[in-house]
Amino acid sequence: MTSSDAAGRPVVEMTGISIEFPGVKALDQVDLRLFAGEVHALMGENGAGKSTLIKALTGVYGIDSGEILVDGAPQRFSGPGEAQAAGVATVYQEVNLCENLTVAENIMLGNEPRRFGAIDWRATRRRAAEHLATMGLDIDPSSSLGSHSIAVQQLVAISRAMVVDAKVLVLDEPTSSLDADEVARLFTVVRGLRDRGVAILFVSHFIEQVYEISDRMTVLRNGARVGEFPTAEITRAELVSRMIGRTMEVLDDLQVRTEHTVDPAQGSTPFVRAVGLGRRGGVRPFDLEVYPGQVVGLAGLLGSGRTELARLLAGADRADSGSLELQGRPARLRNPRAAIGHRIAFSSEDRKGEGVVGDLTVRENIVLGLQADRGWLRRLPGKQVDEIVDRYVRALNIRPADPDALLRNLSGGNQQKVLLARWLATAPELLLLDEPTRGIDVGAKAEIQRLVADLAARGMAVLFISAELEEVLRLSHRVAVMRDREKVGELTNGPDVGVDDVVELIASGGDH
Amino acid sequence: MSATSPAPSRAPSSGRLGTVVRHHLFWPVAALVLLLAVNTVFRPSFLRVSILDGHLFGSPIDILRNCAPLMLVALGMTLVIATRGIDLSVGAVVAIAGAVALTYIARSPDPGSAGTALTAMGIALVLALALGTWNGFLVSVVGIQPIIATLILMTAGRGIAMLITQGQITTVTSAPFKTLGAGFWLGLPVATLVAFGVFALVAVLTRRTALGMLVEAVGINPSASRLAGVQARTIVWTVFALSGLFSGLAGLVLASNVMAADANNAGLFIELDAILAVVIGGTSLAGGKFSLSGTFVGVLIIATLSLTVTNLGISPLVTPLFKALVVAAVTLLQSPVMRRKLAERTRRVAPEPKVVAR
Repeated sequence: MTSSDAAGRPVVEMTGISIEFPGVKALDQVDLRLFAGEVHALMGENGAGKSTLIKALTGVYGIDSGEILVDGAPQRFSGPGEAQAAGVATVYQEVNLCENLTVAENIMLGNEPRRFGAIDWRATRRRAAEHLATMGLDIDPSSSLGSHSIAVQQLVAISRAMVVDAKVLVLDEPTSSLDADEVARLFTVVRGLRDRGVAILFVSHFIEQVYEISDRMTVLRNGARVGEFPTAEITRAELVSRMIGRTMEVLDDLQVRTEHTVDPAQGSTPFVRAVGLGRRGGVRPFDLEVYPGQVVGLAGLLGSGRTELARLLAGADRADSGSLELQGRPARLRNPRAAIGHRIAFSSEDRKGEGVVGDLTVRENIVLGLQADRGWLRRLPGKQVDEIVDRYVRALNIRPADPDALLRNLSGGNQQKVLLARWLATAPELLLLDEPTRGIDVGAKAEIQRLVADLAARGMAVLFISAELEEVLRLSHRVAVMRDREKVGELTNGPDVGVDDVVELIASGGDH
Repeated sequence: MSATSPAPSRAPSSGRLGTVVRHHLFWPVAALVLLLAVNTVFRPSFLRVSILDGHLFGSPIDILRNCAPLMLVALGMTLVIATRGIDLSVGAVVAIAGAVALTYIARSPDPGSAGTALTAMGIALVLALALGTWNGFLVSVVGIQPIIATLILMTAGRGIAMLITQGQITTVTSAPFKTLGAGFWLGLPVATLVAFGVFALVAVLTRRTALGMLVEAVGINPSASRLAGVQARTIVWTVFALSGLFSGLAGLVLASNVMAADANNAGLFIELDAILAVVIGGTSLAGGKFSLSGTFVGVLIIATLSLTVTNLGISPLVTPLFKALVVAAVTLLQSPVMRRKLAERTRRVAPEPKVVAR
């Protein structure tokens, strides 16, 4: 788009960056180049290492090997403050500002002009107003930040970053909570900064936005760099497939796909039918049916609204439009407890934040859902608890097979199995699985996939959400495709349906 | 507030001694034993228990009787803290309960009868339960932070008690009512028996039903608990209601011990002692896992401490200082960081060099 590529030496050059966390190689020999006056997109699925790379650049994480050159000089920042002093500023996804302070205070915090040793508030407000003006933001600097929309707060955060005359601006998911108009406003500002020669590293899950704003992109997958591409020279389908990877997992003889040629939907009542169900700021109104014995896959990139859709069906969020029928009868899910009462179980993708109760034992975690459903007074008899726990520890091959171990001491895969056990113990008729296999090893993954197929074969309705399209296709009878918070299409799975068909649907947004 | 407390350091001390030292009650119990030992050194007869008029008599019995109100308040506080809450209003509820009971007795035609005493206690307890329910409503339904929600009643409560007693220190004579705070049964103080009885009741209520587990689940991870269908709101509401009820009972015990309702001073600062007892007992203020037995030991430590100060002939005015020192010592010994440092110091092992992959 611009002439930046030929600008010679990059402002930031990261080479061979590796970072290892206990047991995980978060980054493996990753390179990244940023030039002045370009918008560079950092692409990759969740867990690909985007955030880790940003944190390596800004000094939040120390790097185990590799080199970071800023303006040609080797640098190792010990923290974001040092990085900022060297001209590398970051605006995080969650706006890192103080809502209870004024706009001016937020912008100038730590850089207030002083007079006789005290802060000169008039000058502070004047300077803040100047910075806001360069962003094209016409708001009162003495207004409280909390009174403005998230979009404006985002722009204030950028203004704050530019106070220190940043050469490099890192924007981590800046648009995740903005609507279309607000995104357009943000992009105007970003283009303005780019034209002033700032190098911008842009991280987003919204493919269209990346194509709209970026000049070049670096794609990561599983902590490694897949490649660096000029945006104009890579098609959407190519990008999606590079982000997802095409490596088929080595799996046992799961004959699921052949079984799935017969869709159990024929002629029965759907367990759940959503008509125009939606929630502002979450997911646009959608229609969806899941039949007993049917696995419906939900495909789409992260942030495409998959989770938001599942949360509406789980009573975790309340829908503000549309209607829901359960087994042919209208129903309203006010909270997760109500959903559980309707035999709906929801395994959240946020295993740590919304699943694991770390300081309780495996036993307590498994029976938590069932016990909560019974109420505190009717405690499950010890014998029954042991029976349930024993059954699931064995059936799901939970290791260590010690019901008294604290759940936080188990590996991610085994924690996931414990959470599945929690839900299965409530005897659900609809199982909503949001990324049940993310971040767990191949063996556990195969076990969970086999379990899902078995459960469906025994008549359970399953909504299976995964970023791995192979997995979705292997398990699902039907696949619903999400993009940009909207359900854009649905296809019936069959022997002739491949990953390419789904990728195409994601990339085209159902327009073809 | 942080989500969970840091993992306890697993110092590889070996053998049975190591197991004992690592038990979560080791340091609190050690502190209690040390306090008793110090007292015995200064007054060799300290631990002696004799029988006088058919009652047990001696300093240990004094400790058990004096700790009863604090025990009751601290039990409720333990549950509240386990849900990530805090209840600052317990002292005010203590004052209100005492004021209501004694005012009722003073105005009744027959202050000395057992019926009057029982009715007075019943009214006071129902009111205390209502006050606890009010706190629970503010926290679980309205969503006010516990420290603020209970601060409301903490501030207003003593005023309410003053209204009830009309600014006087109400004193009455009622033998049946006096039994609760000053009487003996089977040789033991009734107050102690009541407190221990409530302790056993709470233990059964939390550990024989699923309440304890659900309380801990809500305290450890509220969002996960909600998604698992736990009625977090009801549970939080319940623990605040219980805290109010137990504080009311504590107020009755205190009022009956002195047979006077002092709206200004009854249960003054008892919320702080209760929080200290809970913390000494090893329940984290961040919520989650709670230890009733830990709270039990914590209460005994604080009660022993007050007696120690008197015993050593130190002015009671400086008791708070001593309390602070003991609390600081016990909490330091319990902190994972200090434990690790101590373990390193005693084993004289240099910290492992940081391995950097290059």
